[in-house]
Amino acid sequence: MDMRKPLARVRGLGAAGEGVGHWWAQRVTAAALVPLSLWFVISLVMLAGADYAAMHAWVAQPWVSVLLILFIIATLHHAQLGLQVVIEDYVPTPLLRIASILLVKAVAVVLVMAGVLAVLQVALGG
Amino acid sequence: MAVNDRPLSPALQVYRWHLLMAMSILHRASGVLLALGAVVLVVWLLALASGPEAYVRVSGVIGSVPGQVLLFGWSAALFYHLCNGIRHLFWDAGKGYDLSAAYASGYAVLAATLILTLAAWGGACLVLGGS
Repeated sequence: MDMRKPLARVRGLGAAGEGVGHWWAQRVTAAALVPLSLWFVISLVMLAGADYAAMHAWVAQPWVSVLLILFIIATLHHAQLGLQVVIEDYVPTPLLRIASILLVKAVAVVLVMAGVLAVLQVALGG
Repeated sequence: MAVNDRPLSPALQVYRWHLLMAMSILHRASGVLLALGAVVLVVWLLALASGPEAYVRVSGVIGSVPGQVLLFGWSAALFYHLCNGIRHLFWDAGKGYDLSAAYASGYAVLAATLILTLAAWGGACLVLGGS
């Protein structure tokens, strides 16, 4: 027996009202982060001991800038989604829970903006 | 609103500890740790964009002994979360749910984490030695 109304079934959004959106976004960003994080770590290993000029020149390369920006966006999106689940599991007070989730989202947005701007500044500035 | 004081899921306090449970909670812990690492990544990039003085200051902190210990922890957390995350993606696809398969993939993830972490730091030492 299905307790849902036909409209709820058609929408397919479930009890939380967002369907599999959160779950799916976490998997998509995870899949993107497999190659991106491997690339990032291997790059840093090869840049071990690099000074300001060498690091600046590395980030300024177009494909490095693009991959770094993708890495920043995917990482912080994935981190926000993951931290949200942790908060939902362990913060019992509804008000504190929603406040923590919103705070994490706000910090993630600020970090993405700052990170992307920093990369662009290195890439585009002389 | 009244605080719900029933035990929260995952209820860690009522189960006997075993490998799969420890690895599951370690996946979370490493994820939270990596989220903090993302803050350092952004600070490092902002320093790089701000100029040589800011960059030297930030890379000096990262290059200090506590900074390197933290960096080592972050690298291990990243490799663990990466390998165990791939394990989770296989589970999401419905593969590897047998108890024996879950243990085998668990040990494989732990071994891969150790090997990749040591390889990364060994590689960095080689690059430093060669330059």
